[in-house]
Amino acid sequence: MSSSTTNTTTIGNIGAPSRRNTELAMLVFAVLIPVFAYINVGLAKEGTVPAGVLGYSLGLGLLAGVAHLVVRKWAPYADPLMLPIATLLNGLGLIFIWRLDQEHSLGPAMAPNQLMWSTLGVALFLAILIFLKDHRVLQRYTYISMVVALVLLVAPVFFPGVNGAKIWITIPGLGSLQPGEFAKIIIAIFFAGYLMVKRDALALASRRFMGLYLPRGRDLGPILVIWALSLMILVFETDLGTSLLFFGLFVVMLYVATERTSWIVFGLLLSAGGAVAVATFESHVQTRVHNWLNPLELLNGGVTETAQAMYSFGSGGILGSGLGQGYSRLIQGIAPKSDYILATVGEEVGLAGLMAILLLYGLLIERGIRTALAARDPFGKLLSIGLSGAFALQVFVVAGGVTGLIPLTGMTMPFLAQGGSSVIANWALVAILLRISDTARRPAPAPAPSTDAEMTQVVRP
Amino acid sequence: MNKPLRRVAIFCGLLVLALLVRVNWVQFVEGDQLKNDPHNRRVAIERYSTPRGNIIVGGKAVTGSTTTDSGDFKYKRTYKNGKMWAPVTGYASQAFDANQLEKLNDGILTGTDDRLFFSRTVDMFTGGKQKGGDVVTTLNAKAQKAAFEGLGKQKGAVAAINPETGAILALASTPSYDPSSFAGMSNKDAEAYNALQKKNDPDEPMLNRALRQTYPPGSTFKVVTASAALENGLYHDVNSKTDSPLPYTLPDTSGLPLKNEGNIPCKDASLREALRWSCNTVFGKISADLGNKKMKAEAEKFGFNDPGINTPVRASESIYPEDNRPQNAMAGIGQASNRATPLQMAMVASAVADGGKLMKPYMVDQLVAQNLNVVQQHTPQQMSRPLSPENAQKVQSIMETVVKDGTGTAAQIPGVTVGGKTGTAQHGENNKDNPYAWFISYAKTGKGTPVAVAVVIEGSDTLRDDIAGGKLAAPIAKRVMEAVLEGQK
Repeated sequence: MSSSTTNTTTIGNIGAPSRRNTELAMLVFAVLIPVFAYINVGLAKEGTVPAGVLGYSLGLGLLAGVAHLVVRKWAPYADPLMLPIATLLNGLGLIFIWRLDQEHSLGPAMAPNQLMWSTLGVALFLAILIFLKDHRVLQRYTYISMVVALVLLVAPVFFPGVNGAKIWITIPGLGSLQPGEFAKIIIAIFFAGYLMVKRDALALASRRFMGLYLPRGRDLGPILVIWALSLMILVFETDLGTSLLFFGLFVVMLYVATERTSWIVFGLLLSAGGAVAVATFESHVQTRVHNWLNPLELLNGGVTETAQAMYSFGSGGILGSGLGQGYSRLIQGIAPKSDYILATVGEEVGLAGLMAILLLYGLLIERGIRTALAARDPFGKLLSIGLSGAFALQVFVVAGGVTGLIPLTGMTMPFLAQGGSSVIANWALVAILLRISDTARRPAPAPAPSTDAEMTQVVRP
Repeated sequence: MNKPLRRVAIFCGLLVLALLVRVNWVQFVEGDQLKNDPHNRRVAIERYSTPRGNIIVGGKAVTGSTTTDSGDFKYKRTYKNGKMWAPVTGYASQAFDANQLEKLNDGILTGTDDRLFFSRTVDMFTGGKQKGGDVVTTLNAKAQKAAFEGLGKQKGAVAAINPETGAILALASTPSYDPSSFAGMSNKDAEAYNALQKKNDPDEPMLNRALRQTYPPGSTFKVVTASAALENGLYHDVNSKTDSPLPYTLPDTSGLPLKNEGNIPCKDASLREALRWSCNTVFGKISADLGNKKMKAEAEKFGFNDPGINTPVRASESIYPEDNRPQNAMAGIGQASNRATPLQMAMVASAVADGGKLMKPYMVDQLVAQNLNVVQQHTPQQMSRPLSPENAQKVQSIMETVVKDGTGTAAQIPGVTVGGKTGTAQHGENNKDNPYAWFISYAKTGKGTPVAVAVVIEGSDTLRDDIAGGKLAAPIAKRVMEAVLEGQK
């Protein structure tokens, strides 16, 4: 731990600039790019500038502006990149959803709702920055977090499944909620608090065997519990993505906390074993793997959703068809605006645009990890690596699934995809990361004049 | 804690890198393949988003486009006299993709071909709509009509070529189909399409017999055998006697005789008499004397064993087999494993007629942009030279005897020199199925040799003896040649 408190060379030298003006300049672009994209779609689809463009740009500008002012006031030393990237991704996501709303075969319009959820997300973001003065307060709620996370994870079992995956809590009259998105943050808080306390026991009390440090049996307990839990999510909620996310998150945080490579080995063995075991009897998983291996296969003579997504990507080529000029409406399945939105991105802005968006995600993830590096307290380090790691895994699992790199799992692309829970939870995630980075980069207060120091100076000639 | 953090940072970087590599793979490496996949509906949407360019015969379009309201598609393909032209155009269907010229020239017809880039760009600035270019064919409408109507209700095919250029003049196949009947995507279109499939219609109306079906060429192949005899110096004079015993037994067999059709004067007959009477014994022996290697080499000069005859629609490979001596002797009279497409046999007649030069057959003369700029012009190419000019003269003279006073008299045209050869190919085990009736011929006038034609008729209900190519196939060949000659005047 001593290494981390003294290591302030990467970020956070005393007197470091706050970079708030940098953030403001980038925010201007983060608002302007989606506005131009909006106009572009309107011109392509209807030949006119869409009527809502003024309202939309004012709305997005207002959200970004308020967020910036709040960051300037309450987290002045926070990372300058995260807010612009999140704004840009959210803004582009809204444009792509609005663009798909123009295809009437894809069902009712979703963009207005998504705008409302984004506003709520930003509101939560602001609330966290204003009311959470110090992220270490969260440490107090370690075990409450555990209970809440378990409830959130288990709850969907009792609600009807949607399209083969039970990841929803449906509240009649109010709509539905995807608790997994929130559980991701809360469980990161629990892991951070728990591992901070237990990490010495986990790291040191072990036997060396074949170059690996084998943990004691009782220390293996937690990892086995999490493992069993993620397998249960997989089996009872048929949710491959969430179970992968939680297990991966736990292994990453365990590795960071203990600095023991053996945990990674155990993690990989357990997840591989679990996945194979479940795949042997879960037809849902088998179907996903089959579709992954044969993406272009015809189903009853018809083209599958997986194949349509591949055709979308391929037809986009390097530069894409142009916004509003693609045919991603052909992805007629369950989720063209959420899970498969990346296919529309790939088709309409091409390889170039898709790579830019993936790099934005990469940048956001690496800024989160940088925050972990810069954080001075172990809880902050663990929490920020947990949040960034979860974000990274989610991006990889979704984007990898849609592009056919790995089997498809039902998760949403953070910020970009349609889905209220997702956008709210991810704004909260960014808010916590900003809070930690503000603490990390804040200049240390000037040392208080010490009486001892004065005395020694008197002695010195 | 920072060391594992840095490692996790690298790991996350690798995850993003893996995604970047993957999207490059999908969108760049596999991009074109996915983009043009026939199941990718964008291909069809693009194809029918503008009025499709036309396939032109003799200055007139044999295709058209009409607007539809069927969902994704704005336009639908139409065909004028579709049954007659189907072996040339192929089809373009909203639901069932496209084939032949419609498919091969899709880029031009749709207007997306790179060669149309300039005119497309001009259109973009002048506000004109994207429109496909046209495919101008070499076909002769009158000859095609004569061929199609001549075949009538019989099952068969006709291929006619201009020997001097290789331009395809007629390409008919019966029974045929109307590509208009399933150009759309309604249930009616699907029913029409399914009814035409082989499993529902044993006559295979969608098979392009002129290019894609191979038949035993029968006695028409004797022209190739005669050419081989002359080219290889086995005989030099078509009028002097050959060394041909009668009866003749196949080599390497214990007395298996090769029979002639009826009691015809074949003993030591000259090449002229042998071709005139269609002597199996004489040509079987020539093939045996020359051997498989030389026979195969000569057949290949005429275009056999070439899987890449693209007109641009690819013709099936005609086969002169590599075989043992008795089988080779049989192959020399167009039996055994010898197989030829009607186009191939038209090429044989064409090469003889054009003084021994075989021109590459083609049916697309020009590709024309919507602004009438020619983006591609075919220049006739020589494919090979199966006969020297002198030997070509000799083969011509014996083929002309066949028409003048041999088995092919039905193809005579007053005032025109016609050379031809009949054929009746056995078919089925122990010859139990109805044979194929063949006729190949060419017509010569003072101005040149404008047409060579091959006709094949699959076994009909006519009596076996009556089916000889001279009676069924020759009249059709005559009508086609007349149609071409009429256009020459």
